[in-house]
Amino acid sequence: MLSSVRTLWYTFLHLFHRNVTVSYPEEMPYLAPRTRGRIVLTRDPDGEERCVSCYLCAVACPVDCISLQKTEEDGRWYPEFFSINFSRCIFCGFCEEACPTYAIQLTPDFEMSEYDRQNLVYEKEDLLISGTGKYPDYNFYRVAGLAIPGKDKGEAEHERKPIDTRSLMP
Amino acid sequence: MSHPHTIIGGLLNIVLGLAFALAMAALLTWVERRLLGFLQDRYGPNRAGPFGILQAVADGIKLLFKQDWIPPFADPGVFVLAPAISMVTVMLALAVIPATPVIGIIGNLNVGLLYFLAMGGLGVYSVVLAGWASNNKFSLLGGVRAAAQMVSYEVFMGLALVGVVMLAGSFNLTDIVHSQRHLWYVVPQFVGFIIFFLGGIAETHRLPFDLPEGESELGAGFHTEYSGMKFGMFFIGEYIGIMLVSAMTTVLFLGGWYGPILPPFLWFGIKTGLLIAFFILLRAALPRPRYDQLMSFGWKLLLPLTLLNILVTGALMLAGPAPS
Repeated sequence: MLSSVRTLWYTFLHLFHRNVTVSYPEEMPYLAPRTRGRIVLTRDPDGEERCVSCYLCAVACPVDCISLQKTEEDGRWYPEFFSINFSRCIFCGFCEEACPTYAIQLTPDFEMSEYDRQNLVYEKEDLLISGTGKYPDYNFYRVAGLAIPGKDKGEAEHERKPIDTRSLMP
Repeated sequence: MSHPHTIIGGLLNIVLGLAFALAMAALLTWVERRLLGFLQDRYGPNRAGPFGILQAVADGIKLLFKQDWIPPFADPGVFVLAPAISMVTVMLALAVIPATPVIGIIGNLNVGLLYFLAMGGLGVYSVVLAGWASNNKFSLLGGVRAAAQMVSYEVFMGLALVGVVMLAGSFNLTDIVHSQRHLWYVVPQFVGFIIFFLGGIAETHRLPFDLPEGESELGAGFHTEYSGMKFGMFFIGEYIGIMLVSAMTTVLFLGGWYGPILPPFLWFGIKTGLLIAFFILLRAALPRPRYDQLMSFGWKLLLPLTLLNILVTGALMLAGPAPS
Protein backbone atom coordinates (compact mmCIF):
# COMPACT_ATOMS: atom_id res chain seq x y z
CA MET A 1 0.00 0.00 0.00
CA LEU A 2 2.73 2.42 1.02
CA SER A 3 4.83 1.40 -1.94
CA SER A 4 1.93 2.29 -4.22
CA VAL A 5 1.80 5.76 -2.74
CA ARG A 6 5.55 6.11 -3.16
CA THR A 7 5.27 5.00 -6.78
CA LEU A 8 2.58 7.60 -7.33
CA TRP A 9 4.81 10.30 -5.89
CA TYR A 10 7.84 9.35 -7.97
CA THR A 11 5.73 9.15 -11.11
CA PHE A 12 4.31 12.58 -10.30
CA LEU A 13 7.83 13.97 -10.03
CA HIS A 14 8.44 12.87 -13.59
CA LEU A 15 6.13 15.70 -14.61
CA PHE A 16 9.06 18.02 -13.91
CA HIS A 17 11.71 15.97 -15.67
CA ARG A 18 13.10 16.83 -19.06
CA ASN A 19 11.44 14.95 -21.88
CA VAL A 20 13.72 12.45 -23.52
CA THR A 21 11.95 12.76 -26.87
CA VAL A 22 13.88 14.52 -29.62
CA SER A 23 11.30 16.31 -31.79
CA TYR A 24 13.01 15.13 -34.90
CA PRO A 25 12.11 17.28 -37.89
CA GLU A 26 12.40 20.48 -35.89
CA GLU A 27 15.32 19.35 -33.80
CA MET A 28 17.96 17.32 -35.63
CA PRO A 29 19.58 14.60 -33.60
CA TYR A 30 23.38 14.33 -33.52
CA LEU A 31 24.59 11.59 -35.84
CA ALA A 32 28.04 10.11 -35.38
CA PRO A 33 30.30 10.48 -38.43
CA ARG A 34 30.30 6.73 -38.89
CA THR A 35 26.50 6.43 -38.90
CA ARG A 36 25.51 4.07 -41.68
CA GLY A 37 23.05 5.82 -43.96
CA ARG A 38 22.67 6.54 -47.68
CA ILE A 39 25.29 4.77 -49.79
CA VAL A 40 27.44 6.78 -52.22
CA LEU A 41 30.02 5.97 -54.88
CA THR A 42 33.11 8.12 -54.46
CA ARG A 43 35.71 9.34 -56.93
CA ASP A 44 39.46 9.24 -56.63
CA PRO A 45 41.46 12.47 -56.16
CA ASP A 46 41.74 12.84 -59.93
CA GLY A 47 37.96 12.90 -60.26
CA GLU A 48 37.70 9.46 -61.86
CA GLU A 49 35.32 6.80 -60.65
CA ARG A 50 36.83 4.58 -58.02
CA CYS A 51 34.59 1.62 -58.64
CA VAL A 52 36.31 -1.13 -60.61
CA SER A 53 33.26 -3.41 -60.93
CA CYS A 54 34.72 -6.24 -58.93
CA TYR A 55 31.22 -7.32 -57.77
CA LEU A 56 32.46 -7.88 -54.23
CA CYS A 57 29.85 -5.50 -52.83
CA ALA A 58 27.08 -7.30 -54.67
CA VAL A 59 28.38 -10.61 -53.33
CA ALA A 60 28.70 -9.34 -49.79
CA CYS A 61 25.25 -7.76 -49.76
CA PRO A 62 23.01 -9.96 -47.57
CA VAL A 63 19.81 -8.66 -49.18
CA ASP A 64 21.04 -8.57 -52.77
CA CYS A 65 20.16 -4.94 -53.27
CA ILE A 66 23.23 -4.03 -55.36
CA SER A 67 23.26 -4.74 -59.04
CA LEU A 68 25.99 -3.75 -61.52
CA GLN A 69 27.57 -4.67 -64.83
CA LYS A 70 31.25 -4.44 -65.64
CA THR A 71 32.56 -2.68 -68.72
CA GLU A 72 36.12 -1.95 -69.82
CA GLU A 73 37.58 1.18 -71.36
CA ASP A 74 41.29 1.75 -72.03
CA GLY A 75 42.28 -0.98 -69.62
CA ARG A 76 40.23 0.51 -66.77
CA TRP A 77 37.18 -1.25 -65.42
CA TYR A 78 34.01 0.68 -64.86
CA PRO A 79 30.49 -0.25 -63.91
CA GLU A 80 28.29 0.08 -66.96
CA PHE A 81 25.40 0.49 -64.60
CA PHE A 82 25.36 0.41 -60.85
CA SER A 83 22.09 0.49 -58.95
CA ILE A 84 21.21 0.09 -55.30
CA ASN A 85 17.67 -0.70 -54.34
CA PHE A 86 17.27 1.27 -51.11
CA SER A 87 13.90 -0.26 -50.41
CA ARG A 88 15.83 -3.45 -49.75
CA CYS A 89 19.05 -2.08 -48.33
CA ILE A 90 19.51 -2.72 -44.64
CA PHE A 91 22.45 -0.34 -44.26
CA CYS A 92 24.65 -3.06 -42.80
CA GLY A 93 27.81 -1.62 -44.33
CA PHE A 94 29.10 -4.96 -45.60
CA CYS A 95 29.53 -3.49 -49.09
CA GLU A 96 31.76 -0.79 -47.71
CA GLU A 97 33.85 -3.39 -45.90
CA ALA A 98 34.07 -5.56 -48.99
CA CYS A 99 35.06 -2.78 -51.37
CA PRO A 100 38.77 -3.05 -52.25
CA THR A 101 38.98 0.46 -53.69
CA TYR A 102 37.06 2.50 -51.10
CA ALA A 103 34.57 3.31 -53.82
CA ILE A 104 31.37 2.45 -52.03
CA GLN A 105 30.86 4.29 -48.75
CA LEU A 106 28.02 4.87 -46.30
CA THR A 107 27.13 8.42 -45.25
CA PRO A 108 25.21 9.70 -42.20
CA ASP A 109 22.31 10.85 -44.37
CA PHE A 110 19.15 8.84 -43.79
CA GLU A 111 16.39 11.16 -45.02
CA MET A 112 15.54 9.46 -48.26
CA SER A 113 11.80 8.81 -48.05
CA GLU A 114 9.83 8.62 -51.27
CA TYR A 115 6.14 8.43 -52.08
CA ASP A 116 6.87 6.03 -54.92
CA ARG A 117 8.71 2.84 -54.13
CA GLN A 118 10.30 2.82 -57.57
CA ASN A 119 12.12 6.03 -56.73
CA LEU A 120 14.11 4.23 -54.07
CA VAL A 121 16.18 2.48 -56.73
CA TYR A 122 19.23 4.70 -57.07
CA GLU A 123 21.17 4.51 -60.34
CA LYS A 124 24.84 5.24 -60.81
CA GLU A 125 24.31 8.95 -61.51
CA ASP A 126 22.35 9.24 -58.25
CA LEU A 127 25.00 7.39 -56.28
CA LEU A 128 28.13 9.04 -57.64
CA ILE A 129 29.39 12.01 -55.70
CA SER A 130 32.10 14.40 -56.85
CA GLY A 131 34.35 13.95 -53.80
CA THR A 132 36.55 11.28 -52.30
CA GLY A 133 34.51 10.58 -49.17
CA LYS A 134 36.37 9.24 -46.17
CA TYR A 135 39.70 8.56 -47.93
CA PRO A 136 40.86 11.79 -49.56
CA ASP A 137 44.22 10.55 -50.92
CA TYR A 138 43.53 7.04 -52.08
CA ASN A 139 43.71 6.31 -55.79
CA PHE A 140 43.49 2.67 -56.74
CA TYR A 141 45.09 2.87 -60.17
CA ARG A 142 48.03 4.80 -58.79
CA VAL A 143 48.95 2.06 -56.33
CA ALA A 144 47.83 -0.96 -58.34
CA GLY A 145 50.18 -2.76 -60.71
CA LEU A 146 47.73 -2.71 -63.55
CA ALA A 147 48.85 -0.97 -66.74
CA ILE A 148 46.57 1.78 -67.89
CA PRO A 149 47.16 4.52 -70.46
CA GLY A 150 49.72 6.97 -69.02
CA LYS A 151 51.04 4.48 -66.46
CA ASP A 152 52.87 1.35 -67.39
CA LYS A 153 53.65 -1.67 -65.23
CA GLY A 154 56.09 -0.85 -62.47
CA GLU A 155 55.30 2.84 -62.44
CA ALA A 156 52.83 2.82 -59.58
CA GLU A 157 53.65 4.20 -56.14
CA HIS A 158 55.92 1.94 -54.06
CA GLU A 159 56.15 -0.47 -56.95
CA ARG A 160 59.37 -2.02 -58.23
CA LYS A 161 60.16 -2.42 -61.90
CA PRO A 162 58.93 -5.74 -63.24
CA ILE A 163 61.57 -8.47 -63.29
CA ASP A 164 62.85 -9.33 -66.77
CA THR A 165 62.43 -13.08 -66.72
CA ARG A 166 64.58 -13.48 -69.80
CA SER A 167 67.66 -11.95 -68.14
CA LEU A 168 70.07 -13.65 -65.76
CA MET A 169 71.09 -10.39 -64.07
CA PRO A 170 69.79 -9.84 -60.55
CA MET B 1 -47.79 22.99 -14.32
CA SER B 2 -45.00 23.30 -16.84
CA HIS B 3 -44.89 26.54 -18.70
CA PRO B 4 -43.75 26.27 -22.37
CA HIS B 5 -40.92 28.63 -21.61
CA THR B 6 -39.55 26.46 -18.82
CA ILE B 7 -39.81 23.38 -21.02
CA ILE B 8 -37.68 25.01 -23.69
CA GLY B 9 -35.27 26.24 -21.05
CA GLY B 10 -35.05 22.77 -19.57
CA LEU B 11 -34.44 21.16 -22.94
CA LEU B 12 -31.79 23.73 -23.73
CA ASN B 13 -30.18 23.03 -20.37
CA ILE B 14 -30.12 19.30 -21.09
CA VAL B 15 -28.76 19.65 -24.63
CA LEU B 16 -26.11 22.18 -23.66
CA GLY B 17 -25.12 20.18 -20.59
CA LEU B 18 -24.71 16.97 -22.54
CA ALA B 19 -22.90 18.73 -25.38
CA PHE B 20 -20.54 20.23 -22.84
CA ALA B 21 -19.99 16.81 -21.25
CA LEU B 22 -19.28 15.24 -24.65
CA ALA B 23 -16.90 18.02 -25.60
CA MET B 24 -15.09 17.67 -22.30
CA ALA B 25 -14.87 13.90 -22.75
CA ALA B 26 -13.37 14.36 -26.20
CA LEU B 27 -10.94 16.91 -24.80
CA LEU B 28 -10.14 14.54 -21.97
CA THR B 29 -8.86 11.91 -24.38
CA TRP B 30 -6.28 14.43 -25.51
CA VAL B 31 -5.55 15.70 -21.99
CA GLU B 32 -4.98 12.17 -20.78
CA ARG B 33 -2.57 11.26 -23.54
CA ARG B 34 -0.71 14.52 -23.18
CA LEU B 35 -0.41 14.27 -19.40
CA LEU B 36 0.49 10.60 -19.60
CA GLY B 37 3.20 11.56 -22.03
CA PHE B 38 4.68 14.13 -19.68
CA LEU B 39 4.53 11.66 -16.82
CA GLN B 40 6.55 9.26 -18.94
CA ASP B 41 9.10 11.90 -20.01
CA ARG B 42 7.75 12.29 -23.53
CA TYR B 43 5.50 14.77 -25.30
CA GLY B 44 2.34 12.88 -26.21
CA PRO B 45 0.28 13.97 -29.20
CA ASN B 46 1.47 17.50 -30.01
CA ARG B 47 1.11 17.69 -33.78
CA ALA B 48 -2.51 18.41 -34.72
CA GLY B 49 -3.37 22.04 -33.99
CA PRO B 50 -1.94 24.14 -31.15
CA PHE B 51 -0.37 21.79 -28.58
CA GLY B 52 -2.02 18.92 -30.43
CA ILE B 53 -5.46 19.86 -29.14
CA LEU B 54 -7.08 18.92 -32.46
CA GLN B 55 -5.96 15.34 -31.90
CA ALA B 56 -9.32 14.69 -30.25
CA VAL B 57 -11.10 15.97 -33.38
CA ALA B 58 -8.87 13.87 -35.61
CA ASP B 59 -9.58 10.78 -33.53
CA GLY B 60 -13.31 11.47 -33.65
CA ILE B 61 -13.26 11.82 -37.43
CA LYS B 62 -11.22 8.65 -37.75
CA LEU B 63 -13.62 6.68 -35.54
CA LEU B 64 -16.65 7.99 -37.45
CA PHE B 65 -15.25 6.94 -40.80
CA LYS B 66 -14.10 3.49 -39.74
CA GLN B 67 -16.03 0.54 -41.01
CA ASP B 68 -18.92 -0.23 -38.68
CA TRP B 69 -18.42 -3.94 -38.34
CA ILE B 70 -20.60 -6.43 -36.53
CA PRO B 71 -19.00 -9.88 -36.46
CA PRO B 72 -21.18 -12.56 -38.07
CA PHE B 73 -21.02 -14.69 -34.92
CA ALA B 74 -22.21 -11.87 -32.65
CA ASP B 75 -25.73 -11.24 -31.42
CA PRO B 76 -26.40 -8.08 -33.44
CA GLY B 77 -29.17 -6.56 -31.34
CA VAL B 78 -27.38 -6.80 -28.02
CA PHE B 79 -24.09 -5.98 -29.68
CA VAL B 80 -25.45 -2.61 -30.77
CA LEU B 81 -27.28 -2.01 -27.51
CA ALA B 82 -24.26 -2.44 -25.23
CA PRO B 83 -22.24 0.67 -26.20
CA ALA B 84 -25.42 2.73 -26.11
CA ILE B 85 -26.07 1.63 -22.52
CA SER B 86 -22.49 2.47 -21.62
CA MET B 87 -22.87 6.03 -22.83
CA VAL B 88 -26.46 6.63 -21.81
CA THR B 89 -26.05 5.53 -18.19
CA VAL B 90 -23.05 7.74 -17.49
CA MET B 91 -24.68 10.69 -19.21
CA LEU B 92 -27.87 10.17 -17.24
CA ALA B 93 -25.84 9.98 -14.06
CA LEU B 94 -24.04 13.17 -15.02
CA ALA B 95 -27.36 14.98 -15.09
CA VAL B 96 -27.61 14.84 -11.33
CA ILE B 97 -24.29 16.59 -10.62
CA PRO B 98 -24.75 20.11 -9.26
CA ALA B 99 -21.80 22.13 -10.53
CA THR B 100 -23.07 25.19 -8.68
CA PRO B 101 -26.41 25.86 -6.96
CA VAL B 102 -27.77 27.02 -10.34
CA ILE B 103 -25.72 25.07 -12.91
CA GLY B 104 -26.77 21.46 -13.23
CA ILE B 105 -29.47 19.59 -15.06
CA ILE B 106 -31.39 18.02 -12.17
CA GLY B 107 -29.04 19.03 -9.37
CA ASN B 108 -31.84 19.35 -6.88
CA LEU B 109 -33.16 15.81 -7.14
CA ASN B 110 -34.09 14.66 -3.65
CA VAL B 111 -32.68 11.15 -4.19
CA GLY B 112 -29.71 12.34 -6.27
CA LEU B 113 -27.21 10.10 -4.58
CA LEU B 114 -29.32 6.97 -4.97
CA TYR B 115 -29.98 7.90 -8.60
CA PHE B 116 -26.24 8.14 -9.21
CA LEU B 117 -25.66 4.71 -7.67
CA ALA B 118 -28.55 3.25 -9.65
CA MET B 119 -27.12 4.53 -12.91
CA GLY B 120 -23.72 3.15 -11.95
CA GLY B 121 -25.40 -0.20 -11.36
CA LEU B 122 -27.07 -0.09 -14.78
CA GLY B 123 -23.71 0.71 -16.34
CA VAL B 124 -22.60 -2.83 -15.52
CA TYR B 125 -25.03 -4.09 -18.15
CA SER B 126 -23.09 -2.41 -20.93
CA VAL B 127 -19.90 -4.37 -20.30
CA VAL B 128 -21.64 -7.62 -19.47
CA LEU B 129 -23.85 -7.46 -22.56
CA ALA B 130 -20.92 -6.40 -24.73
CA GLY B 131 -18.88 -9.35 -23.51
CA TRP B 132 -21.79 -11.72 -23.98
CA ALA B 133 -22.97 -10.48 -27.37
CA SER B 134 -19.47 -10.55 -28.85
CA ASN B 135 -19.60 -14.35 -28.58
CA ASN B 136 -15.87 -14.52 -28.11
CA LYS B 137 -14.01 -16.02 -25.21
CA PHE B 138 -11.84 -12.98 -24.50
CA SER B 139 -14.85 -10.70 -24.52
CA LEU B 140 -16.79 -13.09 -22.33
CA LEU B 141 -13.94 -13.29 -19.81
CA GLY B 142 -13.78 -9.51 -19.81
CA GLY B 143 -17.51 -9.29 -19.32
CA VAL B 144 -17.47 -11.79 -16.47
CA ARG B 145 -14.66 -9.94 -14.77
CA ALA B 146 -16.45 -6.65 -15.28
CA ALA B 147 -19.63 -8.02 -13.77
CA ALA B 148 -17.89 -9.37 -10.68
CA GLN B 149 -15.68 -6.34 -10.24
CA MET B 150 -18.32 -3.68 -10.73
CA VAL B 151 -20.99 -5.42 -8.70
CA SER B 152 -18.66 -5.96 -5.76
CA TYR B 153 -17.12 -2.50 -5.83
CA GLU B 154 -20.54 -0.96 -6.09
CA VAL B 155 -21.23 -2.37 -2.65
CA PHE B 156 -18.35 -0.50 -1.03
CA MET B 157 -19.01 2.57 -3.09
CA GLY B 158 -22.56 2.73 -1.82
CA LEU B 159 -21.64 1.88 1.75
CA ALA B 160 -18.81 4.42 1.76
CA LEU B 161 -21.37 7.10 1.05
CA VAL B 162 -23.55 6.16 3.99
CA GLY B 163 -21.25 8.16 6.28
CA VAL B 164 -21.73 11.25 4.14
CA VAL B 165 -25.46 10.78 4.06
CA MET B 166 -25.52 10.37 7.83
CA LEU B 167 -23.58 13.58 8.34
CA ALA B 168 -25.54 15.57 5.79
CA GLY B 169 -28.90 14.03 6.62
CA SER B 170 -29.93 14.12 2.96
CA PHE B 171 -29.66 12.29 -0.34
CA ASN B 172 -29.93 15.56 -2.20
CA LEU B 173 -26.52 16.40 -3.67
CA THR B 174 -27.09 20.16 -3.43
CA ASP B 175 -27.93 19.79 0.26
CA ILE B 176 -24.85 17.63 0.78
CA VAL B 177 -22.67 20.37 -0.69
CA HIS B 178 -24.44 23.00 1.38
CA SER B 179 -23.71 21.06 4.55
CA GLN B 180 -19.99 21.16 3.72
CA ARG B 181 -19.91 24.95 3.93
CA HIS B 182 -17.66 24.91 6.99
CA LEU B 183 -15.86 21.57 6.76
CA TRP B 184 -15.33 19.38 3.73
CA TYR B 185 -16.39 15.79 4.35
CA VAL B 186 -12.97 14.58 3.29
CA VAL B 187 -11.87 15.38 6.86
CA PRO B 188 -14.46 13.54 8.95
CA GLN B 189 -15.05 10.91 6.25
CA PHE B 190 -11.47 10.32 5.11
CA VAL B 191 -11.88 6.54 5.00
CA GLY B 192 -15.11 6.94 3.08
CA PHE B 193 -13.37 9.27 0.64
CA ILE B 194 -10.57 6.79 -0.07
CA ILE B 195 -12.95 3.86 -0.47
CA PHE B 196 -15.36 5.80 -2.66
CA PHE B 197 -12.52 6.86 -4.91
CA LEU B 198 -11.15 3.32 -5.16
CA GLY B 199 -14.65 2.10 -5.90
CA GLY B 200 -14.97 4.80 -8.51
CA ILE B 201 -11.81 3.63 -10.25
CA ALA B 202 -13.12 0.08 -10.29
CA GLU B 203 -16.54 1.27 -11.41
CA THR B 204 -15.11 3.10 -14.43
CA HIS B 205 -12.73 0.13 -14.92
CA ARG B 206 -9.79 2.45 -15.24
CA LEU B 207 -6.23 1.44 -14.61
CA PRO B 208 -5.05 -0.03 -12.29
CA PHE B 209 -8.45 -1.75 -12.01
CA ASP B 210 -8.90 -2.26 -15.74
CA LEU B 211 -9.19 -6.02 -15.49
CA PRO B 212 -12.27 -6.19 -17.73
CA GLU B 213 -10.13 -4.74 -20.52
CA GLY B 214 -6.84 -6.28 -19.43
CA GLU B 215 -5.03 -5.47 -22.65
CA SER B 216 -2.11 -7.74 -21.93
CA GLU B 217 -4.13 -10.88 -21.30
CA LEU B 218 -7.58 -10.37 -22.87
CA GLY B 219 -6.82 -8.41 -25.99
CA ALA B 220 -9.20 -5.61 -25.17
CA GLY B 221 -11.60 -7.57 -22.97
CA PHE B 222 -15.26 -6.84 -23.43
CA HIS B 223 -14.74 -4.52 -26.41
CA THR B 224 -12.39 -6.77 -28.37
CA GLU B 225 -14.90 -7.06 -31.22
CA TYR B 226 -15.92 -3.44 -31.32
CA SER B 227 -14.71 -1.00 -33.93
CA GLY B 228 -15.59 2.39 -35.30
CA MET B 229 -18.00 4.60 -33.41
CA LYS B 230 -19.33 1.74 -31.30
CA PHE B 231 -15.87 1.43 -29.82
CA GLY B 232 -15.83 5.22 -29.62
CA MET B 233 -18.98 5.14 -27.53
CA PHE B 234 -17.36 2.83 -24.99
CA PHE B 235 -14.42 5.15 -25.01
CA ILE B 236 -16.50 8.29 -24.50
CA GLY B 237 -18.53 6.44 -21.88
CA GLU B 238 -15.36 5.63 -20.00
CA TYR B 239 -14.15 9.22 -20.11
CA ILE B 240 -17.49 10.65 -19.05
CA GLY B 241 -17.35 8.04 -16.30
CA ILE B 242 -14.05 9.47 -15.11
CA MET B 243 -15.53 12.95 -15.12
CA LEU B 244 -18.58 11.64 -13.33
CA VAL B 245 -16.64 9.96 -10.54
CA SER B 246 -14.35 12.97 -10.16
CA ALA B 247 -17.28 15.37 -10.05
CA MET B 248 -19.11 13.11 -7.62
CA THR B 249 -16.10 12.93 -5.32
CA THR B 250 -15.88 16.70 -5.46
CA VAL B 251 -19.52 17.08 -4.58
CA LEU B 252 -19.54 14.52 -1.80
CA PHE B 253 -16.17 14.99 -0.14
CA LEU B 254 -14.40 18.10 -1.40
CA GLY B 255 -17.05 20.70 -0.73
CA GLY B 256 -18.39 20.99 -4.27
CA TRP B 257 -18.34 24.61 -5.41
CA TYR B 258 -17.17 26.09 -2.10
CA GLY B 259 -13.86 27.91 -2.06
CA PRO B 260 -12.44 31.36 -1.50
CA ILE B 261 -12.22 34.27 -4.00
CA LEU B 262 -12.81 32.40 -7.27
CA PRO B 263 -16.38 31.93 -8.59
CA PRO B 264 -18.13 28.68 -7.60
CA PHE B 265 -18.11 27.14 -11.04
CA LEU B 266 -14.36 27.56 -11.31
CA TRP B 267 -13.80 25.95 -7.93
CA PHE B 268 -15.88 23.00 -8.96
CA GLY B 269 -13.92 22.73 -12.21
CA ILE B 270 -10.56 22.97 -10.47
CA LYS B 271 -11.36 20.27 -7.94
CA THR B 272 -12.81 17.95 -10.57
CA GLY B 273 -9.88 18.60 -12.89
CA LEU B 274 -7.34 17.76 -10.20
CA LEU B 275 -9.14 14.50 -9.45
CA ILE B 276 -9.15 13.65 -13.17
CA ALA B 277 -5.43 14.38 -13.27
CA PHE B 278 -5.03 12.03 -10.33
CA PHE B 279 -6.87 9.34 -12.31
CA ILE B 280 -4.33 9.78 -15.07
CA LEU B 281 -1.45 9.69 -12.60
CA LEU B 282 -2.80 6.40 -11.27
CA ARG B 283 -2.78 5.05 -14.78
CA ALA B 284 0.80 6.10 -15.29
CA ALA B 285 2.08 4.79 -11.97
CA LEU B 286 0.40 1.59 -10.87
CA PRO B 287 0.42 -1.92 -12.29
CA ARG B 288 -2.73 -3.96 -12.64
CA PRO B 289 -3.40 -6.33 -9.71
CA ARG B 290 -4.25 -9.97 -10.25
CA TYR B 291 -7.94 -10.73 -10.41
CA ASP B 292 -8.11 -12.64 -7.12
CA GLN B 293 -6.09 -9.88 -5.45
CA LEU B 294 -8.63 -7.36 -6.64
CA MET B 295 -11.54 -9.35 -5.28
CA SER B 296 -9.93 -10.19 -1.95
CA PHE B 297 -8.81 -6.57 -1.57
CA GLY B 298 -12.39 -5.51 -2.03
CA TRP B 299 -14.18 -8.04 0.12
CA LYS B 300 -11.61 -8.64 2.84
CA LEU B 301 -10.25 -5.15 3.31
CA LEU B 302 -12.58 -2.52 1.91
CA LEU B 303 -15.86 -4.04 3.08
CA PRO B 304 -14.86 -4.34 6.78
CA LEU B 305 -13.31 -0.88 6.64
CA THR B 306 -16.48 0.59 5.20
CA LEU B 307 -18.66 -1.05 7.80
CA LEU B 308 -16.31 0.13 10.54
CA ASN B 309 -16.48 3.62 9.08
CA ILE B 310 -20.27 3.60 9.28
CA LEU B 311 -20.15 2.24 12.82
CA VAL B 312 -17.67 4.84 14.05
CA THR B 313 -19.45 7.69 12.30
CA GLY B 314 -22.75 6.62 13.81
CA ALA B 315 -21.24 6.23 17.28
CA LEU B 316 -19.62 9.65 17.14
CA MET B 317 -22.84 11.23 15.94
CA LEU B 318 -24.72 9.67 18.81
CA ALA B 319 -22.06 10.59 21.36
CA GLY B 320 -21.31 14.12 20.14
CA PRO B 321 -23.65 17.04 19.71
CA ALA B 322 -26.11 16.71 16.88
CA PRO B 323 -24.76 18.35 13.71
CA SER B 324 -26.41 21.58 12.49
